[in-house]
Amino acid sequence: MSFRIIVLAKQVPDTRNVGKDAMKADGTVNRAALPAIFNPEDLNALELALRIKDQRKDCEVIILTMGPFRAAEIIREAMYRGADRGYLITDRKFAGSDTLATSYAISLAVRKLEPYHLVISGRQAIDGDTAQVGPQTAEKLSLPQITYAEEITEVSEKHIVVKRRLERGIEVVKSPLPAAVTVHSSAPACRQRVAKLLMKYKHARTVTELQNETKDYTELYDQRPYLQIDEWTVDDLHADVTMLGLSGSPTKVKKIENVVFAHKDSKVLSASDEDINNLMKDLIDSHVIG
Amino acid sequence: MNNIFVYCELTEEKTIADVSLELLSKGRRLATELGVKLEAIVIGSDLKRIEDQVFPFGVDVVHVADDNRLFPYTTLPHASLVLHIFHHEKPEIAIFGATSIGRDLAPRIASALRCGLTADCTSLEIGDHFENKTQTEYKNLLYQIRPAFGGNIIATIINPETRPQMATVREGVMKKEVLDPKYKGQVKKVNASAVLRDEDFMVQIIERHMEASKINIKNAQVIIAGGYGVGSRENFQLLYDLADVLGAQVGASRAAVDAGFSEHERQIGQTGVTVRPKLYIACGISGAVQHRAGMDQSAQIISINTDPNAPINHIADYTIIGSITDVIPKMIRYYKANSK
Ligand SMILES: Cc1cc2nc3c(=O)[nH]c(=O)nc-3n(C[C@H](O)[C@H](O)[C@H](O)COP(=O)(O)OP(=O)(O)OC[C@H]3O[C@@H](n4cnc5c(N)ncnc54)[C@H](O)[C@@H]3O)c2cc1C
Ligand SMILES: Cc1cc2nc3c(=O)[nH]c(=O)nc-3n(C[C@H](O)[C@H](O)[C@H](O)COP(=O)(O)OP(=O)(O)OC[C@H]3O[C@@H](n4cnc5c(N)ncnc54)[C@H](O)[C@@H]3O)c2cc1C
Repeated sequence: MSFRIIVLAKQVPDTRNVGKDAMKADGTVNRAALPAIFNPEDLNALELALRIKDQRKDCEVIILTMGPFRAAEIIREAMYRGADRGYLITDRKFAGSDTLATSYAISLAVRKLEPYHLVISGRQAIDGDTAQVGPQTAEKLSLPQITYAEEITEVSEKHIVVKRRLERGIEVVKSPLPAAVTVHSSAPACRQRVAKLLMKYKHARTVTELQNETKDYTELYDQRPYLQIDEWTVDDLHADVTMLGLSGSPTKVKKIENVVFAHKDSKVLSASDEDINNLMKDLIDSHVIG
Repeated sequence: MNNIFVYCELTEEKTIADVSLELLSKGRRLATELGVKLEAIVIGSDLKRIEDQVFPFGVDVVHVADDNRLFPYTTLPHASLVLHIFHHEKPEIAIFGATSIGRDLAPRIASALRCGLTADCTSLEIGDHFENKTQTEYKNLLYQIRPAFGGNIIATIINPETRPQMATVREGVMKKEVLDPKYKGQVKKVNASAVLRDEDFMVQIIERHMEASKINIKNAQVIIAGGYGVGSRENFQLLYDLADVLGAQVGASRAAVDAGFSEHERQIGQTGVTVRPKLYIACGISGAVQHRAGMDQSAQIISINTDPNAPINHIADYTIIGSITDVIPKMIRYYKANSK
């Protein structure tokens, strides 16, 4: 039996660099202008998985992502860096899922991949920003959870030792396997693409992507079945649809406000002695300082 | 309606963490508005007279689970105990700190209860909701207001159907307020050894290095924050000089921390601490959205920047166009000469 690691990864809009061009005239964010990227901490998660694979010949790293068809991009990206294969969970019925419904769907997919040793995810996705999917998936799978991992210092068939990064320090814990780990951004950065793997996997496609290709891939795929990225729908997961999507999500978004970067009524002063002295006087008089 | 519960965290010194006292203060106000009780949960070891620390915040009932296996925090036993309490008490609302502990624990519990959980709320309010689809009216829901999408949107989230309505809130977001130093509630002891099973202890801590938090900028009334524009560690000393005379604390942007001008404990923003001082003086800080997320609730903001168009100026009450090396010594000079 191989040592199987399932890495959970999400494709996200790059919310970190909301530059001028990503802002609309009304001061709100133009989401369409944001590039779709591999969620940063999921790359850290992938790296921790690949480090185990570096040590153990019997190790197999599987990428699991839930999202629209284009999310297959990050599965390929993971393959270029060393993942063995990937599955895309995709179905319209998943749309609008909150973290509870998302972790339900992910946990069903993980169960299809039994027996596994580790489920490794990022701590937090930069769009939803909740950091809830990791612990919730662990609970649904009845796994012990080790959050905020920075390093996996020991791995055996039966247990792992993990260094965790907490707000005020570090903790080293030992857990039996199988277990769920969420990875902190202070973990090592992910290795770059490997040229050989890029060549090997550049034609990897999902069924949906293949249907949209003009070239005929039948022969290539007969020779190289590993190029096939499987898609899993609600039916494949035997999921209870009432626990998915909007209806399966206990949290409802009542209102969304775009943060408008408005100008506040602000006084502009120079660095002259007079301006600064007047300002300091105002602050003292109004007891803001003093 | 049932009661409001706050999960209380312990510090290394086994006192109730500030974030939990802040949440008790908020919980008290919500409980009063809804006409229900405020209940606290404390799980740990050596918790003798721990209730004395929470009652002044208006706690009506405190559930205490005291067992030497329960400190330091580990996920599974704390989750089992909180679930045990929730099964019996059926809370209306449950609030956790958005801390290393709270963000580990709350989602596990929400998943087990199949309840909605809103992360990192910046505001909690009571309000009604009308669901058009089902023509159902919901009274007195918890509005859970949170930024998402890298701070670029603010969402109001509700959990109409599931209970408890669960939320996490970061340290420093709510105000810590003693309700009445003599307030007295009731202590309910939880028999931990009857609830816990061996499996709850399958994850073992084998090493731990925690620092007691020394630097505390969170509760400062006045903060002098420096950014990359301060230019050097030596120039950062100017900020300490100003902080000394004003009785303020020094904060920093991430770029200043990354450049080695300041310690990480001082970082303000999305990945640092959230502050809400009376006065925030931003020195050589451009005002990226991740930085503003941690300081835009400040009552007054002064920006000192060489660039008149720096985004921080848009949220500042006063903008001084100039270099910090020029402006800060002038501020110190005036203050020394004119304050009592
Ligand atoms: C404005 C807004 C606010 C929201 N607030 C809440 C809220 O407070 N509570 C709530 O329950 N839901 C909320 N949601 C919904 C939530 O964003 C989605 O459920 C989302 O699919 C998962 O949450 P996340 O992005 O926060 O992931 P996180 O929990 O932050 O992700 C942690 C890790 O889980 C893994 N992971 C997460 N999603 C996937 C995926 N699709 N495929 C594979 N791996 C994955 C990744 O490894 C990731 O690093 C909100 C959505 C929006 C738009
Ligand atoms: C996921 C994520 C999380 C982040 N979290 C945080 C966070 O928690 N906190 C945070 O701060 N940042 C955070 N950042 C980084 C943030 O995006 C910015 O890069 C950072 O805040 C910029 O710091 P700064 O304003 O000090 O530097 P800069 O943007 O380089 O600005 C320097 C400013 O100094 C001015 N200046 C230059 N010389 C002088 C002088 N002599 N006198 C006066 N002014 C001068 C310049 O005009 C400029 O406005 C995060 C980023 C990401 C992607």
